Amino acid sequence: MAEKMLMKGNEAMAEAAMRAGCKLFFGYPITPQTEVAAYMAKKMPKIGGLFMQAESEVAAINMVYGAAGAGARVMTSSSSPGISLKSEGISYIAGSDLPCVIVNIVRGGPGLGGIQPAQSDYFQATKGGGHGDYHLVVLAPASVQEMVSLTAEAFDIADTYRMPVMIMGDGMLGQMMEPVEFENLPKREVPEKTWATTGTQMKRKKNIVNSLYIEPDALEKMNNERLERYELVKKNEVKVETVNAENADVVIVAYGVMARVAKTVMQMMEEKGIKVGVVRPITLWPFPTEEIAKVAESAKAFLSVEMSQGQMVEDVRLAVNGKKPVYFYGRNGGVVPSPDEICAEIEKIVGGMK
Amino acid sequence: MAKVFEKPHALSDVSMHYCPGCTHGIIHRLVAEVIDELGIEGRTIGVAPVGCSVFAYNYFECDMQEAAHGRAPAVATGIKRAVKDSIVFTYQGDGDLAAIGTAETVHAAARGENITIIFVNNAIYGMTGGQMAPTSLVGQVTQTTPYGRDTSTQGYPIRVCEMLSQVEGAAYLERVAVNNIPNIRKAKKAIKKAFQNQIDGKGFSLIEVLSICPTNWGMSPQESMKWLEENMMPVYPLGVYKDKEQGEA
Repeated sequence: MAEKMLMKGNEAMAEAAMRAGCKLFFGYPITPQTEVAAYMAKKMPKIGGLFMQAESEVAAINMVYGAAGAGARVMTSSSSPGISLKSEGISYIAGSDLPCVIVNIVRGGPGLGGIQPAQSDYFQATKGGGHGDYHLVVLAPASVQEMVSLTAEAFDIADTYRMPVMIMGDGMLGQMMEPVEFENLPKREVPEKTWATTGTQMKRKKNIVNSLYIEPDALEKMNNERLERYELVKKNEVKVETVNAENADVVIVAYGVMARVAKTVMQMMEEKGIKVGVVRPITLWPFPTEEIAKVAESAKAFLSVEMSQGQMVEDVRLAVNGKKPVYFYGRNGGVVPSPDEICAEIEKIVGGMK
Repeated sequence: MAKVFEKPHALSDVSMHYCPGCTHGIIHRLVAEVIDELGIEGRTIGVAPVGCSVFAYNYFECDMQEAAHGRAPAVATGIKRAVKDSIVFTYQGDGDLAAIGTAETVHAAARGENITIIFVNNAIYGMTGGQMAPTSLVGQVTQTTPYGRDTSTQGYPIRVCEMLSQVEGAAYLERVAVNNIPNIRKAKKAIKKAFQNQIDGKGFSLIEVLSICPTNWGMSPQESMKWLEENMMPVYPLGVYKDKEQGEA
C-alpha cells in the first residue's frame, strides 16, 4: 500500500507540482498561500529546480510567461488581490497559447478584503479576470488529496490544450492537514512543445511567442482556433461529483470546502426525512452544465451554497434553465456558512413547496 | 566580385515598419551583426517590448517572445531561468523600460540577471503618436506636454544608466548614441560587450542608445541629429556608467 503522509494542503500541492515535473516557480508573498512558496523555496533547490521571489505579482506572472514560452513546466501561486495583479499577464498567457499552472488560494474581497477563506473570485476565475475572450481551466479541489491529484493533472491539461490552468482553493483547504499519498498520480501523454522558444540551434525556423495580431482577420482566426480548443476542453474535461441527487427534494450545488459542508447537511436532513443531494463541480470551467441539467429532470429544487454573494449560482441557473427553482445561500468576507444555517435554508425551501 | 556589405543573417529579410529617418533600423542591425559575429543566433531568444519596436519579433531571425508593456525583463528572466544556456536579450524603448517597466528593470538588475538589455532612448513615446516619455527633457514639447514638460506637474527626466549604476547587481551599463559613424561604431562595441558578458556569465548588462524620432519630434532627420547632440547629450552624457570588470566607472 502506498505510504500516507500528513500534510497541509498548500504544501501537498507544492509537492505534487514538483512530482509532476514543475521545475520553476515564480511567486510573491501573500496570505494565505504562503506555504506554497515556502515549500517551493525549501525543496526546489534540492531537485535542481528554481524558486524565485519576484518583485511583484506582475513580474512573477510575466516570468511564468517567459518560462512557459520557453517550454518549461512552470507554476505560480497567489491569493485574490495578487491574482488581480496577475490578470494582465494571464490574459497574455492565454492569448499566446502558453501552458502553465496558477494557484489561487482565495481570500475575502474586494480590495484588500481579509485573509479568511472565500469563494468570491469565481467570476474572475471562470469569466475572464483579464481582458479579451479567453478561458482558464479552473479546478476546485475539496480535500488535500484532491489538491494533490488535481495539481498533477493540471500540468497535463495545460500542456494538452496549450492553456493556463487555475487551481482554486481557499485558506481552509490550504491550511488544513489531511493524510495524502503521492503514488499513482494521474499522468497523460502530452504533445511535444515544438512551438517553444528554446533557440533555433540553426536547425529550424524561428518560433515566436506572441498575442499581437494587428490584422483583424488574423486575430479573429487565432481566437477562433483557440475557441475550437475550448470546445474540446468542454467535451473532454468536465469533472463533477454527484451524490444522492436523483429525486432529491433539494440539490445543493457547492464546490471546494463548501461541498464538504453540504454533505454534512445531506446527512443532517436525512434524519429529518428530507432528501438532499449534492452536486460538486470539480471543474468550475468547464462547468458541469449537462450534469446539472440531467439532475434537474428529477430533483425538485436547487440551492447554490457559496462563500460569496452569489456567483456560481448564475451558472447553476443557466444549467437548470428554468426547469426547477434555483435558490442561493452564501456568506462572504471570510465567513463560512454553517451546516445549521444551510439546514434552515433547506427547510424554508421545502416548507415553501408544501 | 567581392561582396563588401550584406544583411546580417540574424536580421530577417523583411521590410520594417519604422518611419523614414528613424534610427531603430541602425540599432537592429547592430544587434544582428553582434549576434552573427558571436555565432549565437541558434541559442539566442529575444524579447520584444510594447512601443515602436513592438514588431521586433518579425525582424530578428532568432526565437522571439513578445512581452506585455514594460515586462520584458521579467519575461527574459523566465526564459533565461528555463533555458540556462540560452542568450536572452530584450529590446525596449524609454516608455516601456523607464515608466511602466521601471520595477522590472531595477529588479532584474538587482538580481544580476544574466541578460542583455538594449534600451532605446528617444525621449518620446513614438508608437502612440508622440507623448511625453519619462526621458523627455524639461521644457520638451510633446502631444501631452503641449506647453513643454513642466517640472511642477511632470517632474524631471529619469537617467537610467546613472540610476542603475547604484544597483549592486548590475554588471555593465553604458550610454551610447547613433548620431554619427564613430558613435555607431562605439555603440556596436558596447552592444557586443553586453552580449559577450552574458556568454561569460557576468550578469546584467544594459546599453542605453540615444536615438532620434523625426516623426514625433516634428523635425527632419538632420535636424533631429542636431537636436539630439545639442539637447539630449548634455542631459544624457555618453559613457560607461558601470563596468564590474573595470571597477566602478
